[in-house]
Amino acid sequence: MTTVSLTVNGQSVTKDIDPRTLLVQLLREHLRLTGTHVGCDTSQCGACVVHVNGVSVKSCTMLAAQCEGAFVTTIEGIAEGGRLHPMQEAFREHHGLQCGYCTPGMIMSAIDIVNRKGTALDEATVRHELEGNICRCTGYHNIVKAVIAGAEAMGGGMRQAAE
Amino acid sequence: MAVTSIGARVARKEDHRFITGKGQYVDDINRPGQAHAVFVRSPHAAATIKRIDISAARKMPGVVGVLTGEDLAADKIGGLICGWMIHSKDGSPMKAGAHPALAQGKVRYVGDHVAVVIAETLLQAKDAAEAVVVDYAVEKPVVDVASALAKGAPAVHAEAPDNRVFSWHLGDKAATDAAFARAKHVTSLDIVNNRLIPNAMEPRAAVGDYDSGNDAFTLYTTSQNPHVARLVLSAFIGVAPEHKLRVIAPDVGGGFGSKIFIYAEETVCVWAAKKVGRPVKWTSDRTEAFLSDAHGRDHVTKAELAMDENGRILALRASTKANLGAYLSTFASSVPTYLYAPLLSGQYDIPAIYAEVDGVYTHTAPVDAYRGAGRPEATFVVERLVEVAARQLGQDPAKFRARNYIRNFPHQTPVIMAYDAGDYHASLKKALELADYKGFARRKRESARRGKLRGIGFSSYIEACGIAPSAAVGSLGAGVGLWESAEVRVNPIGTVEVLTGSHSHGQGHETTFAQLVSDRLGIPIENVSIVHGDTDKVQMGMGTYGSRSGAVGMSAIAKALDKVIAKGRKVAAHVLEAAEGDIEFKDGKFTVAGTDRSAGFGDIALQAYIAHKFNGQELEPGLKEGAFYDPTNFTFPAGVHICELEVDPQTGDVRIEKWTAVDDFGVIINPLIVEGQVHGGIAQGVGQALHEGAVYDPVTGQLVTASYMDYRMPRAEDLPSFVVDTTVTPCPSNPLGIKGCGEAGAIAAPAAVVNALTDAVGHEDVPMPATPQALWRACQKAPRLMAAE
Ligand code: FES
Ligand code: FES
Repeated sequence: MTTVSLTVNGQSVTKDIDPRTLLVQLLREHLRLTGTHVGCDTSQCGACVVHVNGVSVKSCTMLAAQCEGAFVTTIEGIAEGGRLHPMQEAFREHHGLQCGYCTPGMIMSAIDIVNRKGTALDEATVRHELEGNICRCTGYHNIVKAVIAGAEAMGGGMRQAAE
Repeated sequence: MAVTSIGARVARKEDHRFITGKGQYVDDINRPGQAHAVFVRSPHAAATIKRIDISAARKMPGVVGVLTGEDLAADKIGGLICGWMIHSKDGSPMKAGAHPALAQGKVRYVGDHVAVVIAETLLQAKDAAEAVVVDYAVEKPVVDVASALAKGAPAVHAEAPDNRVFSWHLGDKAATDAAFARAKHVTSLDIVNNRLIPNAMEPRAAVGDYDSGNDAFTLYTTSQNPHVARLVLSAFIGVAPEHKLRVIAPDVGGGFGSKIFIYAEETVCVWAAKKVGRPVKWTSDRTEAFLSDAHGRDHVTKAELAMDENGRILALRASTKANLGAYLSTFASSVPTYLYAPLLSGQYDIPAIYAEVDGVYTHTAPVDAYRGAGRPEATFVVERLVEVAARQLGQDPAKFRARNYIRNFPHQTPVIMAYDAGDYHASLKKALELADYKGFARRKRESARRGKLRGIGFSSYIEACGIAPSAAVGSLGAGVGLWESAEVRVNPIGTVEVLTGSHSHGQGHETTFAQLVSDRLGIPIENVSIVHGDTDKVQMGMGTYGSRSGAVGMSAIAKALDKVIAKGRKVAAHVLEAAEGDIEFKDGKFTVAGTDRSAGFGDIALQAYIAHKFNGQELEPGLKEGAFYDPTNFTFPAGVHICELEVDPQTGDVRIEKWTAVDDFGVIINPLIVEGQVHGGIAQGVGQALHEGAVYDPVTGQLVTASYMDYRMPRAEDLPSFVVDTTVTPCPSNPLGIKGCGEAGAIAAPAAVVNALTDAVGHEDVPMPATPQALWRACQKAPRLMAAE
């Protein structure tokens, strides 16, 4: 057993864990944050994407013990004060999800894309940047639309519209 | 709050929980005291088990139990079943070998279930599974149909010594042969429909729970049809009687057919829960999913089309060998037979059709329904034949199709189906315009200038959905009826719960079904909840597959809503003091005809429960109605998909430049959701055509493509945005006019892609999946084309 202390969605947590525990297992099994999913065993699908210190990470590919002192954000932590994150809103608005299984990872990746590439995204960029996220349901068409719209909203488009 | 009507493009009600990480999938469910199961799987494709030694595993830390096929047999737990009886040409029933949930003496594919290890934690179970010692006598496997049917091939099951499960046929052989004899032109093709692995993003999972106080079981499982699972686990496998077995399929992360079936793992989890006295949880990892989820397709076909001197189709003939894998999965036998051959008429008026299909055992994972199930295979045969025939006759492929389209409905094909409605010319016309077919030659020249090969390909598909009239499928061998049930519970304040036997695993039923209720009852969509996926809540149902939930499931809801309105009218007559015959219901209000006296739906619901205004002996209090709806026919969605692409002859790389889809799904409840279904279907069809293919090593029987590193899933960059449009001929065979939309894309797409690729490279020799390597090879065959431009 080993002990790990970190901040998840703004809350400090300390857990005793088997040293083999992956970050995704810590989140799902120890913290019951089941919004982060596991879709593969080869770091390919992106269902498990979370942010560690503000950067997107496949949580199936990182040991929980590596997160000592880190700030982790999961899908459960991006809505603020009962208000959905613009990227969440965009996925709903544009029907960017069907079964919902890939969705948390998609949204977390999408926010990371915006953080890196800015709020004015074109289709080719979004498609290229989503290479680490697999969706079997949507054919990506509406995910791409949602990411572009969500990026725009993150840049202030939606806030203006809403106010 | 407003009514949300049929046809409204509204965002989904269910999305909030998914976008906030609050979905409840099976792996998110944990029961107090739960232990974890890991399956010991066969590393060999074919072997006799000489001995299983579990003594070391039992002693490993945390181990709660180690169970094998012997324990299963001792408890008289029956084998897994195939629910569709197929008879061979000679009238004999199909030859099915036993399918135990844990191997008994033999293993028949890599990943076959040998034993289960249950421990306190998953890691402990994994460690202990490594300590189970199995002594195998390894045998020679057969993995493809040709080697399985070769003389002297090892038999997968003793029951089928030549590995032929059935030798089935459909249609009039004599009439078809006669038509071929007088044909002016015959087009022949050898077609391989590649084997696919469904890959819903949520892997299968199960939690079995046993309540000894009530001697009752609960199974949480990733199922598209929890009631069918309960029926099979109860009546055939014998885990528990139905009233002692609750099956819950909560949020399910995609199915595409692969979660219809009743598998070994679920069966073992629910049985083992009693055996070890603990809830037992199993979650598939992706490698296990590749190995043990039922695969799809895998046909080898010789197909021929006969035409007269004017290019009119006279007859079609197909001979197919279908790989069924090592065991018959739940609906395996129906897929290459009744879900395949009856679709071989496509959209065309073909006077004579004859198909023969051999179902073949091999040492591979069981093969069963995968999105489209039989219909993509049929469409691929028809649409490749038609395209090649047009090319060989020097005719425009669009015109050739139009010339042979069925014009008059209803239309009886020579292979069972009676198409009820359609307008194939309308879809083609719209698709040609949207695709700018006229401008294609110019675009092709422009590509050639850049050293690229541009191609265009059509797929004029038809499918049979809304499965199906129970008596009809019964006469074809189905073990179940294919009706659907609904119950509409109106609460005293006028909100509504609808219990449906359909199951949503991405299709958006919580929205579309609520739209129907909102539209019919005139109440806000927010006031409607859809309940599904729990056998303790919904009495019975047949689940979701074959694009049946709209056409069949919603028809059942419509029927129950009619009964609610009829009862409401009776109550309203008392409340409004008028004759029942004078009460009209419209826009959420009961009105006395010709007056302004009316009462809202919610008021009447309350009156129905208070029951002060009528005599409870004459009119029952309450407002709750149920219905079972048995369809009168299949439904026949159809459409035209056009794929335009560019091949780089230097690298074999392909880019889809434009995808145009015009589908006729009949009446559409929510276009947003329907379009999403089309997009997803196309992506899977493109996946089949360009990327995906399950490969077994022919010598060892190992699955070579058992991870996302080896099995190429379509990614965002592989696909364009799609142009999706519709034409509408309402379906006359159900009260809502719905045809179904879930599988269209997957059915249409492969032929459209391959027709475009073969157009681009200038010959027909392009396999699926058309990987860059395969395409580069194909380009080497036709250098003349590049020089010609
Ligand atoms: S689960 Fe992490 S990439 Fe698939
Ligand atoms: S919505 Fe189902 S996998 Fe993406």
